[in-house]
Amino acid sequence: MTLYQDQILDHYRNPRNYGSLDHATHQANALNPTCGDSLHMDIAVQNGTISDVRFTGSGCAISQASASLLTEEVRGKLVADALALEPTTVLKLLGVPLSPNRMKCGLLSLETLHKTLTHKQ
Amino acid sequence: MFDPEHLRKDFPIYESQPDLVYLDSAATALKPKAVIDAMNAYYFEYSANVARGLYPLAEGATAALDAAREIVARFLRAESKETVIFTANATHAINLVALGLESSVTANSNILVTELEHHSNSLPWKELARRSGAELRTVRFTEHGQIDETHLATLIDAETALIALSAVSNVFGIINPVAKIVRAIRNINPRVRILVDACQAAGHYPINLSDWDADFVVFSGHKLFGPTGIGVLAGKRASLEQLTPMNVGGGTVLDACSTVTEYKKLPDNLEGGTPNIAGAIGLARAIEYVESIGLESVHDHEAVLTQYAIKKLNAAFGQHIHILGVDDPALRVGIISFTLDGLHPHDLAHLLGEANICVRAGEHCASPLHRRLGLNATTRISLSIYSTEADIDRLIGAMTNIRRIFTL
Repeated sequence: MTLYQDQILDHYRNPRNYGSLDHATHQANALNPTCGDSLHMDIAVQNGTISDVRFTGSGCAISQASASLLTEEVRGKLVADALALEPTTVLKLLGVPLSPNRMKCGLLSLETLHKTLTHKQ
Repeated sequence: MFDPEHLRKDFPIYESQPDLVYLDSAATALKPKAVIDAMNAYYFEYSANVARGLYPLAEGATAALDAAREIVARFLRAESKETVIFTANATHAINLVALGLESSVTANSNILVTELEHHSNSLPWKELARRSGAELRTVRFTEHGQIDETHLATLIDAETALIALSAVSNVFGIINPVAKIVRAIRNINPRVRILVDACQAAGHYPINLSDWDADFVVFSGHKLFGPTGIGVLAGKRASLEQLTPMNVGGGTVLDACSTVTEYKKLPDNLEGGTPNIAGAIGLARAIEYVESIGLESVHDHEAVLTQYAIKKLNAAFGQHIHILGVDDPALRVGIISFTLDGLHPHDLAHLLGEANICVRAGEHCASPLHRRLGLNATTRISLSIYSTEADIDRLIGAMTNIRRIFTL
């Protein structure tokens, strides 16, 4: 169970920030065609800060847990700081090394976040 | 008496990996020692080029390649050994046909491809349609996982140039009645060219090209206990002769100096460059190996073990497991694709992998099929002659543990 630590299983089974926002200012979807993972993000931005964030999606545990962890991480952050986040941050949040085959699963959340922040509703 | 435990001794990988549960034979089969030895013998003892040298070593290599072609021809019940063309793999074989037929396909033509096909037998046709302006028509499959013959019949007309279909889908594992389908097509339009992808059929049950009556049949060597890098294009002489050689060069030509190049006859005109000599020798040895076991025995073993696996999976996971395709042992090769509630195929395959249990997860290079079923991915197990009930039991034990962790 090297890849599937308690933290990842916990976030997969009980995802944080799961759902949608009525007052989203930004929304977007992203897909991982090789696995069929999909994520949708709703973000509310106030004065350049991420005031709220929600996601929905389906897919493997890595992709969904990663979205749960990342949305916790970026709430309250400046949009500019969220846009500057690098893959290493997400990998650190996941806390387990990903093989090249699973990298796309783990980083779909970051791709969705960046896409959402650059797509105004 | 067929005994998979005994056959395992023929496969050296089980010596280095005694703990291995290999359930991905539809992706590639394990290699028996006899195949590896035959290829090594070529490299160690007579690794000369073919059809060129006049010294004994080269004559030996040429004779070995020729014998390999003969063995493939006999295995397929092909018209003659000249109608067996060695290719790099099945994908290469299909592309040779798609490119070779291009001059006879026009903007008025249509091409039919079934929705069962893996990308190797759909993308070459999609591209041919795009280049020629021909219409690409999609043949549906039935809920059993077979080609929908009624739908197929409605799509054929006077302008149909080619129909591409597989003998067995690599996701459903259900056998299509190729001979019957070809007869029905020819009754509607006798001029249609028909290509049959036999990748999941060759080596799993007896096949007979004269029964099938298709224009082109392709398969890959490595799914049949042979090496990677070798495949076969076979078929009717008249149809193969219609293909424009698209991979021309050394070995293909009679007269390269005159203004109009004169090409050799089959199979040379379609085999440009030095062929995969060791690969062809290995493939022939693999065919001899599986024939020594008997293709009927192989099919029976796979059918019995498939039923065992389906029964055990249903017993272990009940309403939570969804197995694709009809549950008819006579129609199945050893391929079982399924979804399991609450567990994504990639998570399942990854965790099984950590227990040295090899299964495939994803779309299995058949995204149109998955799209039609409304699925993003499935988990696939695929069996072969060395697969045992113990393999299935280990799989189900591991799946039960994994599912417990995920659905706590």
